[in-house]
Amino acid sequence: MRKITQEDVHSLSALSGLKLSDDEITAMTDDIDNIVRYVEKLESLDTTQVEPTYQVTPIENAYRDDVAVESTISRESLLSLAPESQNHHVKVPKVL
Amino acid sequence: MKIDDITHQVSGGATIRSIIEGSLKRAEDAEKYHALLSLTSERALQRADELDAIIAEGGSVGRLFGVPFVVKDNFLAFGAPTTAASIMLKNFDAPLQSTAVEKLEAEGAICIGKANLDAFANGGSTENSAFGPTKNAIDVTKVAGGSSGGSAVVTALDIVPFALGTDTGGSIRQPASFNGVLGIKPTYGAVSRYGVVAMASSTDTIGCFATTARDAEIVMDAMAGQDENDMTTIVDFFAIESQKVTPKKIGLIREFMSNDVDRDVREAISVYADQLRANGHTVEEVSLPSVDYSIPAYYIIVPAEISSNLARYDGIRYGHRSKDFLTLAELYGRTRGEGFVTENKRRIMIGSYVLSSGYFDAFYLQAQKARTLIINSFNELFSSYDFLLGPTAPTPAFDIGKKSNDPVSMYLADAMTVSSSLAGLPALSTPAGLSSDGLPIGAQLIGPQKSDARLLALVKSMEDIYG
Repeated sequence: MRKITQEDVHSLSALSGLKLSDDEITAMTDDIDNIVRYVEKLESLDTTQVEPTYQVTPIENAYRDDVAVESTISRESLLSLAPESQNHHVKVPKVL
Repeated sequence: MKIDDITHQVSGGATIRSIIEGSLKRAEDAEKYHALLSLTSERALQRADELDAIIAEGGSVGRLFGVPFVVKDNFLAFGAPTTAASIMLKNFDAPLQSTAVEKLEAEGAICIGKANLDAFANGGSTENSAFGPTKNAIDVTKVAGGSSGGSAVVTALDIVPFALGTDTGGSIRQPASFNGVLGIKPTYGAVSRYGVVAMASSTDTIGCFATTARDAEIVMDAMAGQDENDMTTIVDFFAIESQKVTPKKIGLIREFMSNDVDRDVREAISVYADQLRANGHTVEEVSLPSVDYSIPAYYIIVPAEISSNLARYDGIRYGHRSKDFLTLAELYGRTRGEGFVTENKRRIMIGSYVLSSGYFDAFYLQAQKARTLIINSFNELFSSYDFLLGPTAPTPAFDIGKKSNDPVSMYLADAMTVSSSLAGLPALSTPAGLSSDGLPIGAQLIGPQKSDARLLALVKSMEDIYG
């Protein structure tokens, strides 16, 4: 596979919602290239006829009753965690 | 220090307040190790007084009545912030407590502090903490291991008889090995993860550190069981084994004893195997060829899940928010750029890479197929063997700073722990002597799913003989 470039890392950081400094981009390019180069050795493993495993216990669709439950956590305690709140709402920056 | 030591002091008339004060004092005296990010002194002493009042009234006491413990700082607990060792959650005051902590408190245990870790549990040395590394309990120039390094060190230093950690790919077992204590990760789904900061949901487990298997089984018994707040939990199967251990058939994993592995480590494991044999168990060499691709599979699957789990930290509802933004995209980007450490960023981006269209089949899907092959190879061995044995880590604790700039060499240090994580198997690390430099070495025992209590019973029987 081709080498990971600084442009690749730029676009990965955008996809990941991460603002990186130029120094970080430079260092990260080598790191990610080394890691990808290491993990891509998995390509040589023969997995024809092998099903993927996404979860390791046989639980499927664990449902709960569709009823409202009284929370022990107050609205105030959750709002107090928000960087900004106003009138019992989380305040978000203007987006439009 | 053992749980019994505390409960005997209590039944002998010592106040729980004096026990908790003693534990807090030891924590303060051990500051140079940087094992703890915070102490929950005020709440712990208040709870101590409440429990002393229950004793004075002749009320019933739980199995862990008055026993101090520490949690890794990715467990939500009252009395101090839950930081996950990150700037992102530096000031996060948990609005609820994790189920694991609640269950231990119901038995009368008292949390006295929060232990250091690699930020968001991403790492294997505790050097990735945003607040500085934890030092090894035996040699302060060495790493504590990780990511649950602080929890291992507080147990090794006898600050508390047990501590909680999380293990996604070895994060309990490896620091247990590096600090000379017992550490167990349970079967996937055995213990509720509600109220614990998520890393990789398909392999995250909650377990503990203790100085004996007897103590670890009390803690695991108290924590295990289904929780309606964590739909991945399975029906409680954990039952403390009190019968005499019958002779077991144990496979010594050949691939974990290769020449690449430190010589002292191999010798220590051979001695442990001989001790098992001397006590009526059979130990035979077996092959687990799938270990060759367990690290690549792990370092595809886990970053993919990390990139998803860490997406929630957006600077809107809780946690850090950058002050320096004009647009929403800048708010997200700068908040996350400031709030995460380098290793978080690496793993998030590797995750984005392996999940991106065009690479998904080659990386992520292939890794999940490799995982099937890893599970099959374990199942095959468990049709003939009760347990598998090997080292916990290829070396004793390494020097602080030695691997911190080389992620691949850091990942390779997880070679012996990640495969059982990918298969959801219970595994523990138990002390197995010292290297020629006096550093602890851990022996790892791996069992089939739900064999957790039997694994601990075997180690308990060995501790009864060898101490």
